[in-house]
Amino acid sequence: MLYKSVTESFNEFIIDRNDATCIRCKVCVRQCAYEVHAYEATADALTEDNTLCIGCRRCSALCPTGAITIRSNEEVFKRNESWSNAHIRNLYAQADTGGILLAAMGNPAKYPIYWDHMLLDASQVTNPSIDPLREPMELRTYLGKKPHSIEVVRDEQTGKPKLATKLTPQIKMEYPFIFSAMSYGALNLNAHKAMAMAAKELGTLYNTGEGGLHRDLYQYGSNVMVQVASGRFGVSEAYLNAGVAIEIKVGQGAKPGIGGHLPGEKVNDQISETRMIPAGADAISPAPHHDIYSIEDLRQLIFALKEATNYTKPVSVKIAAVHHVAAIASGVARAGADIITIDGFRGGTGAAPQVIRDNVGIPMELALAAVDARLRDEGIRNQVSIVVGGGVRSSGDAIKAIALGADAINMGTSTLLALGCTLCQRCYTGKCPWGITTNTPYLAKRLNPELGAERLVNLVHAWGHEMKEILGGMGLNALESLRGNRYKLRALGLTEKDMNILGVMPAGE
Amino acid sequence: MTKIDAQGLYYRDLNQKIREAVAAGTTEIVLDNVNGQYFIGDGINRPVTIAINGVPGNDLAAFMNGATIVVNDNAQDNIGNTMNAGKVIVHGHAGDVLGYGMRGGRVHIRKDVGYRVGIHMKSYESNKPVLIAGGKAGDFFGEYMAGGVLILLDMFSDEPEKPKHGFRFGTGMHGGTIFVRGGVDETKLSREVGVFELTDEDRLELEGYLKEYCNDFGIDYTEVAKEEFVKVLPRSRRPYGNLYCPMPR
Repeated sequence: MLYKSVTESFNEFIIDRNDATCIRCKVCVRQCAYEVHAYEATADALTEDNTLCIGCRRCSALCPTGAITIRSNEEVFKRNESWSNAHIRNLYAQADTGGILLAAMGNPAKYPIYWDHMLLDASQVTNPSIDPLREPMELRTYLGKKPHSIEVVRDEQTGKPKLATKLTPQIKMEYPFIFSAMSYGALNLNAHKAMAMAAKELGTLYNTGEGGLHRDLYQYGSNVMVQVASGRFGVSEAYLNAGVAIEIKVGQGAKPGIGGHLPGEKVNDQISETRMIPAGADAISPAPHHDIYSIEDLRQLIFALKEATNYTKPVSVKIAAVHHVAAIASGVARAGADIITIDGFRGGTGAAPQVIRDNVGIPMELALAAVDARLRDEGIRNQVSIVVGGGVRSSGDAIKAIALGADAINMGTSTLLALGCTLCQRCYTGKCPWGITTNTPYLAKRLNPELGAERLVNLVHAWGHEMKEILGGMGLNALESLRGNRYKLRALGLTEKDMNILGVMPAGE
Repeated sequence: MTKIDAQGLYYRDLNQKIREAVAAGTTEIVLDNVNGQYFIGDGINRPVTIAINGVPGNDLAAFMNGATIVVNDNAQDNIGNTMNAGKVIVHGHAGDVLGYGMRGGRVHIRKDVGYRVGIHMKSYESNKPVLIAGGKAGDFFGEYMAGGVLILLDMFSDEPEKPKHGFRFGTGMHGGTIFVRGGVDETKLSREVGVFELTDEDRLELEGYLKEYCNDFGIDYTEVAKEEFVKVLPRSRRPYGNLYCPMPR
């Protein structure tokens, strides 16, 4: 039996320090949020406690002489295809504590990734491709309910045609990307500033998440989607009217059926002010909205929000991708939502039980295809825009999502990566060494909002360029022409059933 | 004063008329023949008074910020959903999920209330919501309560044979205070809460709330004060703090 904790006995990482190149500058000591490194003055030596290392690579990245290498601990348990090292270590930790294993970020488990089994089309000979560098190419996206039909009349005064149909509110975005809902509290203000500034620069949206909108960010209102979750943190009439859209958070891909819980330690003065709760108080947001037990109840909340904002904002309903997602989405559309946001099982989180994160939900690719097909079959696809998130890693994944029927893509993990995240999956400790998911001022200042915004803008510009190249190659000059156009996708190495659900033909056919 | 006849009006049209009246600067609105219309007073952010004759529908005073609503009859579910400030007075009984996420203002119900009343109520700085029910309450009273004050009187009920309150009383409660006249049924309390005696400060605070309540309904305060109150508080501000273990490093 172990008399030390699993971490002390079977640590995951080893720190290699090259003593010859180490200049004793102690950057590693100052930078490590987990106090792994220490300086022994008497010996003029730097030492490390490997058992504390979480593998974030902050020290190795900032070591001026490259003296530090983080590697995984090669010492392993006897090989066992059933009981992996991770299973054994997790079990030990639970035997130590009796606790629910807490994890963060998206599902890292080895499940099929459908993006990697779909290929895009391109034009050859019979239909010309388009060069996006020299010809107009449009990625502009409008989110909101579209009418079943439109009526155009001649304007008596100008003699020009004019739209007679009254449209419900639409959000115009220059790119089909939204900086996904990650609450203020889970992320700090610097991260939120970066997202807000980038959204403004790009002409797209930033979603507040469920922690309210900091007063300094109200100025970005025309690029903000405000979120309302079961805990109602920071939700007021002013907040609802601050952005251009409202999202009701029902579910999250990383933890379907599980709510949010921001520990009191993370609720500092500013977060307390924005969430409108006392500093140090737990912010509990359970999975059920206890005023929503049915589609009719959901309709009631949707219209309570529309009434509060005088029908000027589209309302999105965010759900996790789960087994009956198509039927649920149909209900959501019929409940009066303008946008349905579907979060796949690879979507990230600041904290979730590991067993939920790794075992609950379905891939976004399948959920998206099923929802788009179902809404088309029912003749109500125009009533909602579909936003998807959870596992889009590149412009290639994004454009495949568009072809499967998405109107826009939520960028969550990719946003954090652009801000410097190294996916160490310890967001819930509040000690993010990269200054993103921490509210400790010493750590949070590591994230410069201006530089962060620039990196986010760069990323979306890059993905936008790539998407234009792909579109041009297919002979299309607007993203709108690709939406739900599954003919432009072919499957490789998928079963017949998978292909049926995806609505995609096999490569070669 | 603006009078609106709600007879046969769809809620959207009724609320549009109310918004127009508020925008035009009316300070007093009377709604006659209200019959289940949803969202009355939703998002109103001016200090107007809306008197309702008839039974208003769900989400009365949702997201409301500073208005006063007086219902001269019974009311339904979700009153004061995420309300920031203002007041709702209901002269009859009311339904489920009252004061959801309410952060300020007052909700005074003369008679019984339903399930999950006071759920997620929060207080913040000078904002301290108070919800008073004069009759009995259903299950999950004060669920997830994080702040503010809930008061249960058990004095004016349409169903006197029913128990004072339901089970899972205060479940998930981690802030705020519940005052109950004449004690609680401790077998129905959740694990997260405990029963305490009132301090002198509590008594003073409670008296202020109750006098305002009595004033709204023309009730004699001495009648209310005849019986002792108990105070229900959460045992911990972190009820779920020890539930988790970090992934091993």
